[in-house]
Amino acid sequence: MSGTFVGMPSFPRAAKEAVHNKTLRGNLRHATHTIRDKRAKAVAELADWAELREAGKQIKDHTLRHLDRYLLQLEERVTAAGGTVHWAADADEANRIVADLVKATGESEVVKVKSMATQEIGLNEALEAEGIAAYETDLAELIVQLGDDRPSHILVPAIHRNRAEIRDIFRTKMADWGRAAPDGLTDIPADLAEAARLHLREKFLRAKVGVSGANFMVAETGTLVVFESEGNGRMCLTLPETLISVVGIEKVVPSWRDLEVFLQTLPRSSTAERMNPYTSTWTGTADGDGPKTFHLVLLDNGRTGTLADEVGRQALRCIRCSACLNVCPVYERAGGHAYGSVYPGPIGAILSPQLRGTQSEIDASLPYASSLCGACYEVCPVAIDIPEVLVHLRERVAGQGGKGHRLEKAAMKAAGWVLDHPGVLGAGERAASKTRRLHPSKLPGAGAWTRSRELPEMPAEPFRDWWKKNRKPKPDGTSKPDGKKS
Amino acid sequence: MSNTADSTGPTGPTGPIGSRERILARIRAAVADAPDAPEVTRDYLDTHTPDAAMVDLLAENLADYRALVHRTDSATLPDLLMRLLAEHGSRTVLVPPGLPPGWLAAADPTRIHDREASTARELDEVDSVVTGCAVAIAETGTIVLDGSPDQGRRRISLVPDHHICVVRVPEQVVASVPQAMPRLDPTRPLTWISGPSATSDIELDRVEGVHGPRTLEVVLVED
Repeated sequence: MSGTFVGMPSFPRAAKEAVHNKTLRGNLRHATHTIRDKRAKAVAELADWAELREAGKQIKDHTLRHLDRYLLQLEERVTAAGGTVHWAADADEANRIVADLVKATGESEVVKVKSMATQEIGLNEALEAEGIAAYETDLAELIVQLGDDRPSHILVPAIHRNRAEIRDIFRTKMADWGRAAPDGLTDIPADLAEAARLHLREKFLRAKVGVSGANFMVAETGTLVVFESEGNGRMCLTLPETLISVVGIEKVVPSWRDLEVFLQTLPRSSTAERMNPYTSTWTGTADGDGPKTFHLVLLDNGRTGTLADEVGRQALRCIRCSACLNVCPVYERAGGHAYGSVYPGPIGAILSPQLRGTQSEIDASLPYASSLCGACYEVCPVAIDIPEVLVHLRERVAGQGGKGHRLEKAAMKAAGWVLDHPGVLGAGERAASKTRRLHPSKLPGAGAWTRSRELPEMPAEPFRDWWKKNRKPKPDGTSKPDGKKS
Repeated sequence: MSNTADSTGPTGPTGPIGSRERILARIRAAVADAPDAPEVTRDYLDTHTPDAAMVDLLAENLADYRALVHRTDSATLPDLLMRLLAEHGSRTVLVPPGLPPGWLAAADPTRIHDREASTARELDEVDSVVTGCAVAIAETGTIVLDGSPDQGRRRISLVPDHHICVVRVPEQVVASVPQAMPRLDPTRPLTWISGPSATSDIELDRVEGVHGPRTLEVVLVED
């Protein structure tokens, strides 16, 4: 199937194709600008946004420092509440655990809540290979699945599709997967939502096994938390007899009270709402209410490797809000597919190469898929300094001997692509240059965990200006840099 | 303590070392040299709202996310619920086991009781559901259900297309999320509801009405 990232071209090639797709660019521009303005308003409602952001960062840093302790506490509490905890070192192991659990129920289909972790490990494809059908129930995931497509955004995987394209996918594909689209389906969003409601309802009502991820896991109580909008999450979490949740180990937080921070920052950062329509929390199994059997699969899959990197580990603070995608001038032009990963955009550019390593061409090019404008850091609700990690990863790619040389060349091509498309940098870089002066070189109040390192300085001369000065035209009309990368 | 690595097969050439131990060992090695992380400083606000403005703000934020808000007192609550169910054309209404008996005293629809044996398909045939709530949060326009007897199982406020939730004012209302946390019991399954079912998946614009109840009515009862 085409819905895979295997064999993806490196970022510059994929991005070059994407910028020439006018529909894609129009769709992305419309969607990201809509959400950008709304987010700013939602954040402005809270006078203590900076303090919430700092607390969120500290909670995550503290957890990561003591991750072993909190995971063990979580395991104990989930088990005491009637759940079963499994540990998966990598994608294959997680997929095998889930497939075995589903088979043990005797069922051959599962309903799924949108989950980045299960996308990351390719769970749907692994289940399909075992004869188990996995139905995505989030509207955007449904659009991607029906269209045999790939996700292009963390929150809205079908952001690259406009309403007319969605209508066409529903009209032509829904019947293959179950209830067909209603006759005369229009492209009015409410009608499209209604079509999804009708199509999925029969699957919810008969479902015996649900598969989810989780936004947070609370160590002190053993509670899992899922934020959602449509009610598909509630359907999958409460109607089936068996619930299997696959969650990255970095999703744990120490205390119930810690959620009060993220319940305020996540909805405003992701959908620009004061609160998303539905949030479900559950602790093991409940008597007579919801699934009788609950399995939690704790997933490593490169996270402990990321944790070992002093600079790069901050990427594990990510709460998958996708605010950084929506403000990124490179993402807006290139689209999510160019990043060759389920994690696109700025966070993907630092997460994917750490989870997967920088050996492949696409992963080596990702740290260069940025103009370092810093807009991503500005909006991050857990203050991940994405530009700092990008620079750090560029050093790693450049330091890879032999094969690394080829990779660095591919990566520099990516930088060249970004820098040769001045519109990409546009307002983002200018805004960041202005605000960069305001950035402290150390984050206040964070103590030793962040005191161990300096924040990167904004160069006095923007990289783009340096690029213009230092490149020479080549005979074929293209250009390449002449000087050494600063 | 379960460890599937032992039960689902070998995990590596080194023998039966479980993935649990391997992951924990990798974590310990990864942070061995890291400086200690400080305790969290919570300089953020406990509330953004003066107490006197709380209930009006709740009503405003509920309505902003397209919940239908009604304000009444306990004497007229039964008549109001009768009218809301009639206006929705409901012939059947789901009733949690501990719903105060007087609430539906005037209502016409047939009562369907919240039973464990009911199937999802049976619930799908029911027109409406009436519940209480555990707490309501003004700043976010949120009602939280915790499965108490006046609220019932999670699925009864999910499958029917019309949910009426009764909030006792002011005792069940808090200003902010931080004020709600200590009033909730995390060992109970909780559902936080902010407006009717919605999606932002089509061009990142909010559209109401997907899988959950498409009509959410919140009744604020104040004596």
